[in-house]
Amino acid sequence: MESDKIRLEIASPYRQVLDVEVDEVIAPGEEGQFGVLPGHTPFLATVSVGQLIYRQGNQLKYVAVSHGYAEVEYHRVIVLLDAAELPHEIDVERAEKARMRAEGRLAEMGHEDRYYFEELAALDRAMNRIAIAKIK
Amino acid sequence: MANLKDIRKRISSVKSTQQITKAMKMVAASKLKKAQDGVVQARPYAAKMSDVLASLAVRVKPGKHPLLQRREEKKVELLVITSDRGLCGGFNSNVIKAADLFIREKQGTCDGVVMSVVGRKARDYYRRRNWAFKNEELNPGAATFSQAEAIARPIIDRYVDGEVDAVYVAYTEFRSAMTQNIVVKRLLPLEPKALAPDEVPVEYLYEPSEDALLADIIPRYIYTQLFSMLLESVASEHGSRMTAMDSATNNANEMTAKLTLLYNRARQAAITTELMEIVSGAEALN
Repeated sequence: MESDKIRLEIASPYRQVLDVEVDEVIAPGEEGQFGVLPGHTPFLATVSVGQLIYRQGNQLKYVAVSHGYAEVEYHRVIVLLDAAELPHEIDVERAEKARMRAEGRLAEMGHEDRYYFEELAALDRAMNRIAIAKIK
Repeated sequence: MANLKDIRKRISSVKSTQQITKAMKMVAASKLKKAQDGVVQARPYAAKMSDVLASLAVRVKPGKHPLLQRREEKKVELLVITSDRGLCGGFNSNVIKAADLFIREKQGTCDGVVMSVVGRKARDYYRRRNWAFKNEELNPGAATFSQAEAIARPIIDRYVDGEVDAVYVAYTEFRSAMTQNIVVKRLLPLEPKALAPDEVPVEYLYEPSEDALLADIIPRYIYTQLFSMLLESVASEHGSRMTAMDSATNNANEMTAKLTLLYNRARQAAITTELMEIVSGAEALN
């Protein structure tokens, strides 16, 4: 394999989302974003809801990701996610609806409601999708 | 000689049955295609998950996580995965046969077997035999990841609590539309893939801590495994139904041909007798 490239593989339980050669990966780790360049020390991290960015040449591309793991090897990054969507796959209308639904429910409940954080997470995911769809 | 009207009736009944089996075959074929795609698409995730777990497992001390610990098998849980619907050849009965065999074997060596079932067929079969279930789940046809999670979670709890010492799954492994294997696989305790002898485990960084990651990733690995078992079972069901319905359609074809022959012969015989009667009647007049 070429030494100055990283092979980025993204998979969700339902399908392989991406398998490409890239120059750099920036992923939303649970404890903050982390960037990976070729030759990075191997490590394993949890990924949380957000945007995964990868660079090919000087082109940046985005992927909407949710909770999962990233295994980094010297020239390979494997990302296993509950769900991942490429910008063109995102159904903005659906995401908008999900956002409105979550906002509506959040407005009605207090912090102590047992579903509060679930709704908050749903809102998070919807906003993330919308944001990524807009970047494109 | 059989009655003409009766034969005609049989022919039309066989033909209408054939229409049904033919339609079922087509439906099964298209569902199989979808299920097969599902199996294929889920493979990368499952394969990578087991890679990640393997590389993790060689670095941690055994016994670090309860799901990696092996205990003496005193109580065993068996999860049987079948379908909700029948008319799919030997699909369900084969799984149940394998499960029965397994139960008999384990009852000889362990203190007891507890059961969980997926699919109406297994539930009905074992309920008739007065088994109590720890878990039962219907409608496996939709096979989603969250369903796998819902099935696996209580199983994991039982294992961690020491209620059972091992968990096995009896299901149908999908090879192709024509061939399926019945397997009984151990789900718990986990046996991570061993590294190849020439592979050296590299030092790893973890974020967050190793323990937190392990606690998070191991259950997910089990969900993933169960999810692919469910997918394979669904694909096998459709494959099995397709083959069964195909042979049923062929049998109906043969049957119609045979009956038509019989019918023509009977008709011919009737005509001959009638002619004879007319001829002999005419002769008698002369």
